[in-house]
Amino acid sequence: MAIAFELNGKAVTVTAEDDTPLLWVIRDELGLTGAKYGCGVAQCGACTVHVNGQPARSCSTPVGAVAGLKITTIEGLGGHHPVQQAWVKADVPQCGYCQSGQIMSAVALLTENKAPSDADIDAAMAGNICRCGTYQRIRAAIKDAAGIAAALPAKA
Amino acid sequence: MNAHTPVAKADPSRREVLVVGAVVAGSSLLVGCSIGDLMSIGSEAEFGAFGPFIKITDDGQVTVISKHIEFGQGSHAGLAAIVAEEMDADWNRVRVEQAPAVAKAYANSLMGVQGTGGSTAIANSWTQLRTAGAAARAMFVEAATKKFGVPAGQITVKDSVVSGGGQSATFAELLFDASKVKPPKAPVLKDPKAFTLIGTDRVRRKDSQVKSDGSALFTADVKEDGLLTAVVAHAPRFGGKVKSFDDTAARKVKGVVDVVEIPSGVAVVATGTWAALKGREALKVEWDDSKAETRSSDQIMAEYRAAAAGKGPEDLKWTPFDSKGDASSATGEVFEATYDFPYLAHATMEPMNCVALVKGNNATLTFGSQAPTLDQLNTAKIVGNLPGAIKIETLFAGGSFGRRANFQSDYVVECVHIAKKAGKGKPVKLIWTREDDMRAGYFRPIVHHALKITVDKDGYPATWTHRIVTQSLMKGSPTGVPELDETAVEGAHGSPYLKATPVVDAQLALPEVGVPVLWWRSVGATHTAHVMEHTIDQLARKAGKDPVEYRRVLFTRAGAKRHLAVLDLALSKAGPVPGGQFRGVAVHESFGSVVAQIADVSLAEGADPKVNRVVTAIDCGTAISPDQIAAQMEGGTCYGLSAALYGEVTLKDGAVQETNFDSYRVLRLPEAPIVETHVLPSGNPPSGVGEPGTPVITAALANAMLAAGQAPVTRLPIVRAVA
Repeated sequence: MAIAFELNGKAVTVTAEDDTPLLWVIRDELGLTGAKYGCGVAQCGACTVHVNGQPARSCSTPVGAVAGLKITTIEGLGGHHPVQQAWVKADVPQCGYCQSGQIMSAVALLTENKAPSDADIDAAMAGNICRCGTYQRIRAAIKDAAGIAAALPAKA
Repeated sequence: MNAHTPVAKADPSRREVLVVGAVVAGSSLLVGCSIGDLMSIGSEAEFGAFGPFIKITDDGQVTVISKHIEFGQGSHAGLAAIVAEEMDADWNRVRVEQAPAVAKAYANSLMGVQGTGGSTAIANSWTQLRTAGAAARAMFVEAATKKFGVPAGQITVKDSVVSGGGQSATFAELLFDASKVKPPKAPVLKDPKAFTLIGTDRVRRKDSQVKSDGSALFTADVKEDGLLTAVVAHAPRFGGKVKSFDDTAARKVKGVVDVVEIPSGVAVVATGTWAALKGREALKVEWDDSKAETRSSDQIMAEYRAAAAGKGPEDLKWTPFDSKGDASSATGEVFEATYDFPYLAHATMEPMNCVALVKGNNATLTFGSQAPTLDQLNTAKIVGNLPGAIKIETLFAGGSFGRRANFQSDYVVECVHIAKKAGKGKPVKLIWTREDDMRAGYFRPIVHHALKITVDKDGYPATWTHRIVTQSLMKGSPTGVPELDETAVEGAHGSPYLKATPVVDAQLALPEVGVPVLWWRSVGATHTAHVMEHTIDQLARKAGKDPVEYRRVLFTRAGAKRHLAVLDLALSKAGPVPGGQFRGVAVHESFGSVVAQIADVSLAEGADPKVNRVVTAIDCGTAISPDQIAAQMEGGTCYGLSAALYGEVTLKDGAVQETNFDSYRVLRLPEAPIVETHVLPSGNPPSGVGEPGTPVITAALANAMLAAGQAPVTRLPIVRAVA
């Protein structure tokens, strides 16, 4: 059936079964591949997008549930969002596969909370797995984007 | 002008074709012929004026061709920096491109085939890329001498600008003339003291932008005309086969275009991912488990323990390593320890996947190929062509940690079979779900260690008896399992502690188990580092000695100067132990590098151990990119800590029990330590960085637990062992 929503500021209408996960609609039908499949059960966060500004796991969000809502994917940030700039500056990514989801979670955090504490960052980012272990740079980049001096370790 | 000018390639001779056929069939007729050359027969590779590693376009852009895949380890940046340094190219205008699969040009000199692994990307490329960069520089200098009318000795090069005699020209301006210069065979390399890029913080990743804006291309993201998506129903047990299947309902799912049986299961081919998954849900398969592995992991471990205790099968072969003297003469109190390590999944963020297009005997693969030559060889067998004729475009891969390189090319072969049988000339993208990926095996095998040690009057080891039982990672290798399977013993074999012990009886046994196993980031060190470093801490404490001083004595006796140096460097940076925390120390050499770690740990009653800070010192020879070395220490530590705390795959009656990240727990951000990295200055050639940061943390954490008066960690993972 036809389902209409807004994707990165543009109205889109897709033809899909209601129960199709939003992730596969975005990737296979709409051709935006920044959001990634990692687990399919809302455990890893690689598929994180914003639904009306709130972070959501698109792998576990049926497309039927987002009719009329505003979806933002990593592509919708434009490439030079302050969080993305902080990511590049710190060379956060390693393999890079989880980073779209990490950035979408971080952007949602900083939208709600301009000066997150370590505990706030823990709570907001615990749902995003990175197997390369870029966690300390993620923490530092979030603080950098927020304008908080990050406690970066010394480098030899 | 593009200086990447084609060079003609002759057709393979009949003899070459026959020789490759023999190799493909498993016979060895390799006399006087490199495997790389052999496996390239049938390829149409062409290289330009600056050789296989450097392309320069008329805008002056220097492109370094990486023979190694980039899957997070940062070697694209390091490889490019080596070339840029010797060329004196403008680092900001250097980009990296992935090499095609052509083993004769792009073989890993430490492997003989094209492949990335063993933390060798920088090490095996060091001289090769310095030479390539220096040759290209010499060609520009030669062109400039003619243009400027001054001798080469008066020419300097900086940031892609060649100067001399009061004149200067860019690489772009000199490109046409330089590309006509005959490349010198033995160009003069820079004195490392003159390096201006290597070893500086200017050597940063080239891919952070595309990996932060969603545009980096992974296998999962490939779009091609007519692309089909496939998923496969696999047997629930290793070695299981399809008995029969009913695809009536699956074929009725909208979007499903075909259902085909392949050697590894039943494939559902559809127009999109969701349709393929729904089709597979509707598929009914009966499995034949008559030849499947049906043991449980507990049972396999029990058999390993029995074998190590001398109660295994009589025909079990034991292979000695590092053995010397007569251990049966040992007297005095015996320190005994055993260690059990579980199966571990690599659990890369991007599950295994591949895109294959098969047309007749031709196959084109587009995916994150870690071992292109193996993937070519295994694909060639299916489509009936020469390995060199199989085209591979290697993309970024969402992690590997060893998983993407195996002798069978398991998931690649699966995709090729589907493309051949159901692709009908269209490309097929094979997708594995997280559950498929986790159940597919190629685990770090179960390992059991059993040690008996006696000490001298000062408390240092006098006799060391060591038994290791595990499964061979080398089974299936074209060259067979070697006499001593180094992948099972490395880290114990050659350990300074064994060198410092007068009498050693160390032996390895490799029983057959029907579970596919594989190298897992840091390979043998995943278990040997913990066994050696945790045992030494226990021996030190038993002798009433400080564990650091105890190590110093043994390292000195063994002549392990690099171990001493990194230990001292880490200690000099660690400062005092924070109040309420406990400190553990461990030092381990792997992949040519030595890493010392000092872990400060909180051990609250009823809570999981929390590693707060890890001071790391590494001797990895010449440091190309200090920032990326730090990144690998940070990431490697997290990867090792994840396994140490939580990692365990279990089998029940042969079936994998863990399915996703809810049952296979991995480290998350709140549990990640802050890792501080200090690189030991060194003039040695570069050694490994991707793996050496992984294995040390298990022992460093366990030793902190000893410092807190807790029991030794003899069974991994720790969280389960503590519970």
